[in-house]
Amino acid sequence: MTHGETHGANAELPRELLVRMHELMLKGRVLEERLITMWRQGDGYFWIGGPGEEAFNVPLGLLVKKGSGLDHDYLHLHYRSSATLLAMGADPVDSMRQMKNTARDPYSGGRNFVGHYSVRKWNVVPVSSPIEVQFSMAPGTALAQKRHGGDAITIVQGGDAGTAEADFYAGLLWSSRKGNELPVLLVVANNQWGISTAYDGQHPATTRIADLGRAFGMPSAVIDGNDPETSYRALTEAMGYVRRERKPYLVEVMVSRLRGHSSATGAAFVKSEHDCLALFEEKLIARGYGTREGFDAMRAQLTAEYLEASKRVIAEPQPEPSSIWNHVFADKNLVGGR
Amino acid sequence: MTTIAQAIRLALHVGEERHGVTDIFGEDVGAPLGGVFTCTQGLRTAWNSPLDERGIIGTAMGLALAGQKPVAEIQFSDYAYNTIDLLKLAGAMYWSSNGDWNCPMVVMSPTGAGIRGSIYHSHSFDATATHLPGWRVVIPSSPRDAYGLMLTAIREPNPVLFLIPKALMRYRGEEGEDVPGVPEQKALDEAINKPVTGDVSQWAPRWPETPDLFIPFGQARTVRSGRDVTVVTWSRHVLVAREAAAELAKEGVDVEILDLRSLAPYDWDAIAASVKKTHRVVFVNEELEVTNFGEHLLRRVTTELFYDLWAPPQLVAGAMVPGVGLSDNLERASVPQRDDLVRVLRETAKHQP
Repeated sequence: MTHGETHGANAELPRELLVRMHELMLKGRVLEERLITMWRQGDGYFWIGGPGEEAFNVPLGLLVKKGSGLDHDYLHLHYRSSATLLAMGADPVDSMRQMKNTARDPYSGGRNFVGHYSVRKWNVVPVSSPIEVQFSMAPGTALAQKRHGGDAITIVQGGDAGTAEADFYAGLLWSSRKGNELPVLLVVANNQWGISTAYDGQHPATTRIADLGRAFGMPSAVIDGNDPETSYRALTEAMGYVRRERKPYLVEVMVSRLRGHSSATGAAFVKSEHDCLALFEEKLIARGYGTREGFDAMRAQLTAEYLEASKRVIAEPQPEPSSIWNHVFADKNLVGGR
Repeated sequence: MTTIAQAIRLALHVGEERHGVTDIFGEDVGAPLGGVFTCTQGLRTAWNSPLDERGIIGTAMGLALAGQKPVAEIQFSDYAYNTIDLLKLAGAMYWSSNGDWNCPMVVMSPTGAGIRGSIYHSHSFDATATHLPGWRVVIPSSPRDAYGLMLTAIREPNPVLFLIPKALMRYRGEEGEDVPGVPEQKALDEAINKPVTGDVSQWAPRWPETPDLFIPFGQARTVRSGRDVTVVTWSRHVLVAREAAAELAKEGVDVEILDLRSLAPYDWDAIAASVKKTHRVVFVNEELEVTNFGEHLLRRVTTELFYDLWAPPQLVAGAMVPGVGLSDNLERASVPQRDDLVRVLRETAKHQP
């Protein structure tokens, strides 16, 4: 049991993987910046997202066994998971569509806030605004996977503030019942905030969230989520355990919240927090895997590309008023027989 | 004759043997008890869950999304209130994902008063349930309907809330209301009821062969045809309405009774046809009178059938107080009784065009 272990940042990964992770992190960051700008310019009513979680969310997305049905991983994500989706191959333009609530928004048809993904072909269950409910749902997909056999797992992710909800404990308990342990990777992204309320003062003084793993008989780890190498290594170990043992594993990943909670708190850049992208670029430059000028050029090119894409998205039609009556009830079972 | 509890058990057995039910679960749902009302006794896929309603609903949602067919139980509908946002999410799943994910799960829960269940075993859930768009809401009043509606629920691609009138769990129904294909009562009881005494460690049910029966949602049942006034009801108040109709028949008032059976969808055509025939209508159910589902139906009757009415439409419903008190006097004063309905029907029937 690796209870409470903090994984070291020393392990080096292959250059191609590091370069790929950097590109995805950068895409995630530039996408979120575009979405924030869209909100500022009135092209969207609300922004929420994941700047500051890219160094963890990109490795997570790369390590997912992607696909549909019980032979693939199920993902119960939160609304800061854009980098995970990009790493899985999502089109950034689709996030702009959800930001602008256009009819072509593939995640909700203009019905839901940005970052509220739903991708059945990849087992990404609908992201919900109510916090932490995904921890009550995750044992269900995991139970089906355990019964089915194979090595596919359920991944559930929430934030540190959300761990106060009863659903978090439901997820811990239902995943760890004696004789019915389930293949779930439980992820708590700890950014030390719940909107405006600090972590300190709402949680115990001498223990941390990962310590709950011990109470529920599951291994746990604290991960430096500002380092993609560390995250990749730690996730490989945690996911390997869950795939192999068919038992739960809890990770508390320390991340930054670089743009505040949402547009409701202004979405300005928070200079006092670690910027995982800047830190990673420094590391890559030091290793000779890139240059400042090169990274800046990549960023400028993506920024221009996403700006042009958002102009096209803004011109897309809004959903028809009569479409509110669509999809109230299903007339066939889309999820059956999987 | 089967009881409603036995009818549900038989339907769940058919569901797990022939229609893909994978998990029947909740508090005390598995062995040894098989449910506090024995609805899940002896079932192959029944299992006990932690005492956690949110976990029960959440896990059912997860199972459904992963292609399983769960039937989850909330032990009393009084305890479904702390799952309300999860019920909202399940009902919204298909709509909010714009048709990407449906959520085919069944939640069953005993509801209503009538057993002297005190404050937290007497609540009704009809009004709350019908405020959950995306859910099918059904509530049987006979063994046959319980059996046929449960089998339809199991094949439904949307979430279904299957409310069971707890006062009718041991009710065996009237003529023609039995589960098809069951042996006579004593033989059935011996075959599928777990003995309450003696060594039951080796007990297993001997299931009778019962056929598929899929009662469509949204079809009311005319329990009694009448000429003078229509009662629109559901759940155990179907029985109360029968008693009231028998009483009024002595006075020459001929009452028609509609059992909606299904609140979402509901059979507006049947209601409209009956009101156009009798020109008088009384809605009765035991849910709180404020924002009662009967109020919605009453509004539609008033606005859509105004010129067909010979009398003001009425609602007889539960008192708007926080709970159903335990004492017999308190329960009777809180939920509609036969005499309350008789009085309102008698008044309504007096109105002439």
